[in-house]
Amino acid sequence: MNKYQTLAGIALIATSMLVTSTPVSAQESSLYDALGQESGISRIVDETVVQILNDARIKTGFKETNMKRLAQLLKEQFCVVAGGPCKYSGDDMALVHEKLGITSAQFNALAEDLQTAMEKCQVPFAVQNKFIARLAPMKRDIVTVK
Amino acid sequence: MRFLHFSTCIAICFAGWTLQTANAQVIPLPDQGKLLATSGVSEVEGAAGGGITPWAVITGYGSENSYGANAHMTQLNTQDYQLTTNGVAIGICDKLELSLSQQTFKGSKAPLDKLNLNQDIVGVKLKLSGDLVADQDNWKPQIAIGAMFKRDKSISGLEALGITNVKQLGAKDDQGTDYYVSATKLFLAQSLLLNGTIRFTKANQMGLLGFGGDQHDRYQAMPEVSAAYLLNRKWVLGAEYRQKPNNLSVDHEKAYYDGFVAWFPNKNLSFTLAYVTLGDITVFNPTNQRGWYLSVQIGN
Repeated sequence: MNKYQTLAGIALIATSMLVTSTPVSAQESSLYDALGQESGISRIVDETVVQILNDARIKTGFKETNMKRLAQLLKEQFCVVAGGPCKYSGDDMALVHEKLGITSAQFNALAEDLQTAMEKCQVPFAVQNKFIARLAPMKRDIVTVK
Repeated sequence: MRFLHFSTCIAICFAGWTLQTANAQVIPLPDQGKLLATSGVSEVEGAAGGGITPWAVITGYGSENSYGANAHMTQLNTQDYQLTTNGVAIGICDKLELSLSQQTFKGSKAPLDKLNLNQDIVGVKLKLSGDLVADQDNWKPQIAIGAMFKRDKSISGLEALGITNVKQLGAKDDQGTDYYVSATKLFLAQSLLLNGTIRFTKANQMGLLGFGGDQHDRYQAMPEVSAAYLLNRKWVLGAEYRQKPNNLSVDHEKAYYDGFVAWFPNKNLSFTLAYVTLGDITVFNPTNQRGWYLSVQIGN
């Protein structure tokens, strides 16, 4: 392969990356938009915290938690996960949950609280699922009791 | 390693059971730790799945550290036949599923208006890999293997023809075992669930007309597919296809199809309504059989 072919190859790859990356980021920001951007995500998180604190299955697990800080971190994290222009300042999920002994049932209980919160915030079901699909893989870092 | 994990889980389940029993609580509480609808419904042979095919999900809402049990009743009525399935099932540690069910198939049109076939089915299913909900960032489906041990209990209504056992219709056996492997993938971002099952079977009309026949008497691999769309948290819409062998010359056995809607008002109750096409069941009545299927599952 001569130099020109190599250059042409790089140019082609770069172009194709540009072409393919554009729709992905557009799709990401559209989920952020669909959730109502910063204010929408803020309402979803606040409502989720209300649901958690009323959820007999998991509320005791948050007894020692600074819920205000948790809400702030969740807002940042949800924004990033939805493709929004934010930065998550919290720790790695695996590190945070390492010693908490969280079960699959507790993880799912929180997922249900989030679903209820999004329902209350009138997020369309298809958008809820798109968002939960991005959060669901975190189960592998959060659930340590198997 | 997997097996070790599995045995540990089962051991913990039983230890919990024993402890709680010792504390004068007769039955330990199931945790209902799975998400609504993620354990499917009871398919027509008693396994967790769709309406006519088993899926790789484990029945009940018990999580990895618990169990869930349920009972189901299914009624399928076509122009000339009625099929009833009743059964119970338990899912242990979201890993192992055991089911017991009974099928009764009746005819209502002469000359088969007195036809009454009975079959018992014992099902066992083991989840091998994958996580239906967590695996959203990869292509991996949840995979399970299973077996259904089937036995024809009785056949009546054909005495006039001198038939008192399915073997007289050409079946080679009145008991048999289906083996299957299922892969279920939830595409949550698309609100879509897909299942593919390959069943190794000799069963004629699920076993109601025995196993093997005058045309074939060997295991054949039959594909079964389901697609389900999640309308919202409680409603699911879907369609299924199940290919079947054609072993008997008295039965031009055809594939089953259905379109269904399932409603999950909560984790204790589900209803499935389907429109089913069974094909023509015997050469004595060439009408393509279609009809309604209603299934209720009660459990936890």
